[in-house]
This record gives sequence, structure tokens and C-alpha cells, in this order.
Amino acid sequence: MSEAAGEPILQTEGLTKEFMGFVAVNDVGLTVKRGTIHALIGPNGAGKTTCFNLLTKFHKPTSGRIVFKGADITDKTPSQIALIGMVRSFQISSVFPHLTVLENVRVGLQQRLGISMHFWKSEKTLDRLNDEAMHCLGQVGLAEFADRTAVSLPYGRKRALEIATTLGMNPELMLLDEPTQGMGHEDVDRVTQLIKKVSAGRTVLMVEHNMKVVASIADTITVLQRGSVIASGTYAEVSANPQVMDAYLGTTTTEGLGAH
Amino acid sequence: MSPRTKALYLVLLALLLIVPFQNMVYIVFVMKLLCFALFASAFNLLLGYTGLLSFGHAAFFGGAAYVTAHACKAWGWTPEMGILAGMAYAAITGWAFGSLAIRRQGIYFAMITLALSQLIFFLALQLKFTGGEDGIQGVPRGKLFGLIDLSSDTALYYFVLALALFGFLAIQRAIHSPFGQVLKSIRENEPRAISLGYDVAKFKLLAFVISATLAGMAGSAKSLVFQLATLTDVHWHMSGEVVLMTILGGIGTILGPVVGAGVVIGLQNYLAGIGSFSTIVLGAIFVVCVLAFRRGIVGEWLALLERRRAAKAEAGYRES
Ligand SMILES: Nc1ncnc2c1ncn2[C@@H]1O[C@H](COP(=O)(O)OP(=O)(O)O)[C@@H](O)[C@H]1O
Ligand SMILES: [Mg+2]
Repeated sequence: MSEAAGEPILQTEGLTKEFMGFVAVNDVGLTVKRGTIHALIGPNGAGKTTCFNLLTKFHKPTSGRIVFKGADITDKTPSQIALIGMVRSFQISSVFPHLTVLENVRVGLQQRLGISMHFWKSEKTLDRLNDEAMHCLGQVGLAEFADRTAVSLPYGRKRALEIATTLGMNPELMLLDEPTQGMGHEDVDRVTQLIKKVSAGRTVLMVEHNMKVVASIADTITVLQRGSVIASGTYAEVSANPQVMDAYLGTTTTEGLGAH
Repeated sequence: MSPRTKALYLVLLALLLIVPFQNMVYIVFVMKLLCFALFASAFNLLLGYTGLLSFGHAAFFGGAAYVTAHACKAWGWTPEMGILAGMAYAAITGWAFGSLAIRRQGIYFAMITLALSQLIFFLALQLKFTGGEDGIQGVPRGKLFGLIDLSSDTALYYFVLALALFGFLAIQRAIHSPFGQVLKSIRENEPRAISLGYDVAKFKLLAFVISATLAGMAGSAKSLVFQLATLTDVHWHMSGEVVLMTILGGIGTILGPVVGAGVVIGLQNYLAGIGSFSTIVLGAIFVVCVLAFRRGIVGEWLALLERRRAAKAEAGYRES
């Protein structure tokens, strides 16, 4: 993997999505390099979530092409995408509320056993995944909550559980949509460190509003505005871009960036 | 399973086994109960564990009743073959209906299943072999495996009990299988299940087929018990009744549909004397139940136990 680092893992060409005449994503060309943390930022309604939905096939692009690991995936289905190594999380908290914390992770792990249609087998056959599920939970500090239902966890921990579930799929590319949204300071720091930690050996594409988070962990930043890419580069490059400053409430410093 | 639950199941089973040796409850009534309990449990696999509300399950229950009745009466098939034929019909119809309906969500899913089941009702009314308004009457109960005469209620009772137990165990297993885990995850959060690589349409379809097949088994058994298959069995009222039983008893609980079926069938029996008023009374009871205990009878009971356990754990935690 190390020699491939820096090569593009995901590329889009002319990616466009129209909702009944309204262009939510406009001619986006995105290159995500292997082994990096890549942040997608932009004001509310810029089209970031729609971009994620296009990349993971939850929406069909109106036009454009998506290439993942050198193969054109424009015509794949969302479940196929997950199986070739691209797993997403959602902007709204996305756990299985009435399953236990352990089961939440195990449902993802179960995928690779290839027995998920086996309605005649006991669920005890899944117990062999417990160690690995506990390992994933351990990585995000949730091991002690394994037997609780997901719904009973506090918000910050739910988001950590999502990351654990995503990790269990062992994705080459993780897509995280606003993983720190709605969190208090402590949780934000914890989740930021967590993302940094789990990004070892993989690629992360994340939507993030918190500029402190972006500045501290992102290698590359792409700025979207009204559906179009207006800048892309390192934090220093992007924050010096006058168009970007303009986009963020016309401020001339980057401090205003965090306000969104 | 807790020892308490196990004990409860054993007591239930023992009670069911001694039914033919007492005079307090009418044995045919218990057979009817078993058929509807199985029907509602099969329906609950879809509503309670997959989150799909079908409003057309009469097509499987009633359709299978017709198939079994016809196979046993016109072709002289043995009861077990007649029931297998009914189940095969239900599986195939379930697959066809399911394929058409599962790509839709919520109310659209319900409407499509309703429309398709009306098609089966229309066929039952119009086709020759179904006997129109009369239905198929005087279905012979026949000899099980060509050996055991089922014309005695006791023999038929144990056969129906065996079928119902098989059905419950099959549902129970499906719920607690790797497949069941995925079903529950689809019910809880469908987009998330998709993002974990599950082709949810495949899972919903299989759940639909299993549910339809077991609903068919219930209908087939019923046609042997009453030696009758009629338009009532395929009417949309029947589809509504099974929704009612499941919600009343408790969606997504194992015993809920059984209790719900017991309450509805019991009340229907009890209220039969007042004629068409019974529908109104049932409706009123339903409304009260839905407003008063939203989780259904068994659902509320389980929630109560859960609250008590949590309170106990909390108290224990404080002491230590
Ligand atoms: N399914 C949809 N139908 C119609 N419009 C949509 C849909 N999804 C998003 N949009 C619109 O596209 C724009 C971009 O939304 P979104 O991608 O959610 O923005 P962001 O995630 O950057 O805040 C918004 O104006 C939104 O209203
Ligand atoms: Mg968004």
C-alpha cells in the first residue's frame, strides 16, 4: 500500500447533479489521493452531501464519471460500492438504534462471511465475529458499552459507534459526512483524534464545518460553493484564496470559516 | 431465553397438548386460533422484523386455502400434499407480489400489495374451480400420509398443532439467524444497511416469500379444519384483520401476534351474537388499545419488565 500512496484512489470528471432544473452539483472534478485525509468544505447547501450521495451511488449523476481504484464505477449500485472498499457514514447519526452496540458492528462484519441470506442458521454462527467486533469497539473506546442498545448511547458515542461500524468493513476509502456536527468541544477533539488514528493505512474523505478540525488533520481541502469547486489544495493554499474568503461571508481572514 | 420465558413456553405447550382431553374449550376453536396465530406470526416477520406493511396477505392465506381445498377435493390429494401445494402457491405468488412491491416504500408498498391481492380475490370470484360465492365446500380431511385418518378432531388437532409449532419455530429461527440480523438492520436504518453493502431488495424479497409461504400454510390448515375455502379468506378484510392482530398483540414481539390473534378471534366468537355490531365493537377496542398501549399488549408487558429491571439495576448500582 505504501508505494501506492499519493496515487489517486478516487477521481471524478464533470460530475453534475440536477434536481428538477436546480443544479446542486456542477461539473465537479475531484481527485482524492490514496493515504490522505481529504476535506470537503463549503457553506450550507453547497452540495457536499449531494456529492457524497453521488460518489456512493445513492443518487445517479445527471452527467459525469466516477473512477475508483482505476475502474469506472458510475453505473454501480450503492451496496456494490461498499463491497469494493468505499464505505460512507451519514450526516444524520446513523446507527441501528435497537440493536446492541456489539450487534451494530457485527452486522457490518457479517457481510464477508457470505451467510447473510441463511435464514435457517442460528445467529450463534455470528459469535465467531465477536472478538473482531470488540476490537473495533475498543479502537473507538466503546468496548465497555458493547451490551447496551445503541439508542441508549449519548450523541458523541453514537457517532463513534458509526465509525467503528465503518471501520469493521475495513474500507480503503472512508467517507464521513460531518462527523463532528452538533458535538461539544471534548467530543469534537476526541472524534478528530479518532479519525486521525483510524486513517492510518486508508484514505478518508470528509465533509467538515469545523475549521479547527480541518486545519489540524486534513492533508488536502476542496472548497465547494453553489455546487462548484472554487479551490483545492492545502489549508495554507486554500485559506489564502480570495474567492474562498469571499465565499465565507466576505471575510478577509479565514477565521470566519468556522462560523458555518 | 430466560428461564422464566422458557417455563412460560413449556406451560403453553403443555396446555396445548392436553386440549383434546377437556371440555371447557371447543377443540375446533383452538385449531382456528392456531391457524390465525400462525398467520399473524408470519405477517409479523414482515411488519415487525423487516418494517414492511403488507396489506395483501389475504392473497396468500386465502389463496392457499383454495389450492389445498381444490387439491384435496378434486384431485384426491393427501392432506400433507394438499398443504404443500398451498404453500407452493403462496411462495410463488409471494415472490411475484414481492418483486413488484418491494421497490416502493411505506404506503405505496401497502397499496401495491392491496391491489395485487384484489386480483386474487377477483380470480377466486370468477374462476370456475373456486365455486364463486359458495367457495369450495365439503373438503375431505383425508388420511395423513395415506395412513392416519384426520376426520376425527383429535387427530386433526395434533396435525394442526404440529404445523403451527413448525411454523413458529421456523419464524423464530429466521428472526434469530444471520438473515434475521440483516432484516432487523434494514428495519432500523435502511440507508445504513445499504451503505454496509447489503442489497436490501434481495433481503426484503426473501422475507416476503417466507412470510407469504407460512401465511399460506396457515390458510391451507384452516381449509382442512373447516373443510371450506371461501371468499372471506381472500377478502381484504382478512388482510386488515391480520394487521389488527399483530398491532394489537405487539409488533416485533414473538408472542404478540399469537396474543393478538387470540384476542381478535376470541372477541369475534364472543360477539358473534350481536351480528354486524361486532365489527364496530372490535374497531372501538382497537382504537382504545392503540391509544392506550401503543406497543401492543405483549409489547407493553415487555416494556414494563424492562423498566423494572432497569430500576433494579439502578438501585443495585447505587448500593454498591
Ligand atoms: N433530493 C433532493 N431533491 C432536491 N433538492 C435537493 C436534494 N438533495 C439536496 N438538494 C438541494 O441541493 C442543494 C445542496 O444540498 P446538500 O448537498 O445537502 O448541501 P450541503 O451538504 O453542502 O449542505 C441544496 O440546495 C438542497 O436543497
Ligand atoms: Mg450536508
